[in-house]
Amino acid sequence: MAIEFESPKPIIQTQSVLKTVAEEMMRSKSRYFDDHEHEIPWDYIEFMHTAMKAMGGGALAPREEKTEDDSTKPKRPPIGYQLLATQIEMLAWGDVGMYLTTPGGGLGAAAVQAAGSPEQRSKFLARFVDEKPTFGAMCMTEPGAGSDTSAIRARAVLHEETKEWIINGEKIFVTAGDKSFTPYEQLGRGFIVVWASIDPSAGRAGMRAFVVEQGTPGVRIVKLEHKMGIRVSDTAAISLVDARVPYENILGSPTVEKTTTGFKGAMATFDATRPLVAASGIGVARAALEFLKEKLKENGVEIHYGLPRQRLTNIEREVIDMDILLKSAWLMVVKAVWMADNKKPNALESSMCKVKAGDATTKITQKVVEILGPLGYSREFLAEKWFRDAKITDIYEGTGQINRLVVARQILGYSGSELR
Amino acid sequence: MVSFEPTEEQKMLIESIARYAGTDLRTASRESEESRELPKKLVGKGWELGLLQASIPESFGGFGERSAVTGVLAMEELAFGDLAGALAVMTPSLFAIPILLVGSDEQKNEYLPKVIEGVWQPYTAAIIEYAFDFDADDLRTTATLNDGEYVLNGEKAFVPFAKDAEFILIYAKCDGKTQGFIVPKSSAGLSIRDEREKLMGLNALPLYRIKLDHVMIPASRRLGGAVGHAFEPVLAAMRLASASAALGVARAAFEYSRDYAKEREAFGVKIAQKQAVAFMLAEMRTEIEAVRLLAWETAWKLDQRKEDAYTEAYLAAIGAADMAMTVTDRAVQILGGHGYIRENPVEMWMRNGRGFATFTGLAII
Repeated sequence: MAIEFESPKPIIQTQSVLKTVAEEMMRSKSRYFDDHEHEIPWDYIEFMHTAMKAMGGGALAPREEKTEDDSTKPKRPPIGYQLLATQIEMLAWGDVGMYLTTPGGGLGAAAVQAAGSPEQRSKFLARFVDEKPTFGAMCMTEPGAGSDTSAIRARAVLHEETKEWIINGEKIFVTAGDKSFTPYEQLGRGFIVVWASIDPSAGRAGMRAFVVEQGTPGVRIVKLEHKMGIRVSDTAAISLVDARVPYENILGSPTVEKTTTGFKGAMATFDATRPLVAASGIGVARAALEFLKEKLKENGVEIHYGLPRQRLTNIEREVIDMDILLKSAWLMVVKAVWMADNKKPNALESSMCKVKAGDATTKITQKVVEILGPLGYSREFLAEKWFRDAKITDIYEGTGQINRLVVARQILGYSGSELR
Repeated sequence: MVSFEPTEEQKMLIESIARYAGTDLRTASRESEESRELPKKLVGKGWELGLLQASIPESFGGFGERSAVTGVLAMEELAFGDLAGALAVMTPSLFAIPILLVGSDEQKNEYLPKVIEGVWQPYTAAIIEYAFDFDADDLRTTATLNDGEYVLNGEKAFVPFAKDAEFILIYAKCDGKTQGFIVPKSSAGLSIRDEREKLMGLNALPLYRIKLDHVMIPASRRLGGAVGHAFEPVLAAMRLASASAALGVARAAFEYSRDYAKEREAFGVKIAQKQAVAFMLAEMRTEIEAVRLLAWETAWKLDQRKEDAYTEAYLAAIGAADMAMTVTDRAVQILGGHGYIRENPVEMWMRNGRGFATFTGLAII
C-alpha cells in the first residue's frame, strides 16, 4: 500500500454519467419541485430505476463483494462505499432533495443489511431490484426522542398466541416514509423499519428494529412535514396502533440479554451511513461554490490564487477559505469510506467527516448567499435554495453536536457514561 | 486507486523519526527556546536520520529518490517534537532541494554531494523579506544582468544559520520572475547583521537579516543555469513543508491538552468529561485531520505532477496556518492559567502556531 488519491476508473466513469443526469434530470427541475412541495418527481424516479437496473445493480447500495477465493485474478481493493459516496455527491450536486427520492431501500434496507440474518436479507431486500421502483425507510425519531434514542417510547409486545409483535408508537421525520408505505401504482411494495423496545426496563439493550410491510393494518401516515429545504423529499409522521408484525420480522435476537449489541448494530449502521450523508452535503456546497465562482467571473472578479493573504481582497479570502473547507471535507469523506471498504473500524473518521461536512456545507452555502447579495437572496437563482437544502446536513444522521460527542468519546477513550 | 496507508518503508521511517522527535527534540525544546540555542549534537543526530540524503539519487551521493508524500509524513513527525529543532535539522534542504528540483546538471553535480556528505552543514536559503505584504512571487530584492553577471540588490530576513553558511541560495526578482542565485557568503557586498532576528517564537533557531549591495554573481550560479528555472515547484514544496510542520505542532498541542484534560479535575470530574472541553478537543482533532488529508493529497499530486498541485499546495499552506493557530490556541485555553505559564509547552506552540502565516520559506521538502 501507499498513500494515493487516484480515482479508480469506475468512479470517474460514474461521475461523468451522473453529471449529465444531475444537469438534465435534476437541476432543471430543482425550482419546480421546491415550489411544489409533496409532488413526486416520477420522471426522475423512473429514470433512475431503469438506469440502475441497466447498470446491473439494484438500488444505490454497495455491492456485496464476492467472497470466493479466486486466486487466478489479481485482487482489486473493494471500492463499493467510495463509489457510492461519489455517486451521492454528484446527485446531490444536481439536487439533494431529489437525490433523497432515488428509489431503493434507503436506511430501512441499511438496517436490514446491518442487523438482519442472511434469510431476512434475501427475503426483504430482493424487492429493490424488482420491476418497479421500490422504497424503504427507517423510523427511529419520535416527538420526544431525537438524538437521545434511549428515550424511544414505541413498544413491541409479543402476542403469546399468534406469535405476532404488537407495535404501538409514534414516529416522525421518516425520510421517504410516504413512498415506502403508501401504495402508489408506479411503485413496488416497500416497507418501513420501526425501532421499538421489547423491554423498556432494559434500556438500549431492549431496543429492536422491526420490518413493517406496506399496508400493515394499524399503521398510518399522519402527515407530511413542510420543511425549510429538501422539499421534494417526503418526511412522514407515522403512527402505529396495535400494528401486528410477523414474529420473523424482528431484526436481531427476540430475547433481551444484558448487552447492548443489538443497539450497537444500529449505531454501526451510522458508521457506514454518516460519510454518505456528509457526501450529499458536500455536493450541495460544491454546487453553491461553483455557482458563486461563475457569477464572480461574469462580473469580472478574479480570484488570485497564490497571493499572500495580506494582498487578497475580502471576496478572494472567502472563496479561498471555502475551497479549503470543501476540499478537506471531501477528503475526510473519502478516507471514511475507504476505511469502510477495507473493513477498518471507522467510527472516529465517520463522525469527524460528518462534523466537518456539516460545518462546511452550512458555512459555504451561507457565505455564497451573503456574497451574492440580492442575487443570492433572490429565488431567481438556486443559491438561496442550496442554503436551505444544506442546513439539514448538520442535523440528520446525527447532529453536529452528537457527532462531536462521538468524536470526543473516541479520542478520549470514554464511554457514554464517562462523557455524557 | 485511493489509499491512506503509508508504505512499510514510510512506516519504519516515521517510527525512527518519532523516536528522535518525541524524545531528543521534545526534551531539549524548552531549554533551547529559553537559551536561544540548539545543541549541535541534537541537530547532528537529526541529520543522521538521513531525510535529505534519502531524497537525493545515488548519482549525486544520496541513496534514494525525493517523495513529497514521504516528506509530509516526515516533517509532521519532526515538528511534533519541536519546530525550531525540526527546521534546523532540515535547513540544508532549503539549499539542496531547489537544486534537485530545478537546478542544472552542473549545479547538481557540484553542490548536492557537498551538502549531503558527512555531517550536518549549514547550507541555507533566503527568501523572506521584511515587509508586511511580502510575496514570494513578487520580491523586492532584484537581480539584473550586467555584462554576463547578475547584480543582486536588496534585503533578506529570517535566514537560518546565515552566519555559519558557506553558500546561501538567495531569491530575487529577475525579469519579473522569482529566481534563485547560489551566492557564496564571502561575496563582496553581502553583509549579515550581527544581531540575530528577535521573534515571538522560534528563538532557538538562529535567523539572520542579510543585506545585498551590488553583489555580483556569475550567470552559471543562477539556479537552473543561464536559462533560469520555474519557481512554482520550489514554492509549492515550501508551502507543503510549512503545512506539514504546522500539522506536527498542532498535533503536539492537541495531544498535550487532551492528556491534561484527562488528568485535571474540576467539580468532581475530569475536565475532559465536560462537553465544553471535550468538544474543543473533538474539533481540534477534526481540523488536524482535515488539513492532514489536504497536505497528503497535495503531496501525492506533486509527486504525480498533477496540474492543480501548485494551487492545492497554496490552499494547504493557508488552511494549515489557520488550523495551527486555532488548535494551539485551544490547547492553551484548555490548560487555562497552566497553559499560559512557560512551565508547560503549549504557550510556546501557540507562539509557533501563529508563525505559520509567515514561515513559508523556512522549510522545504
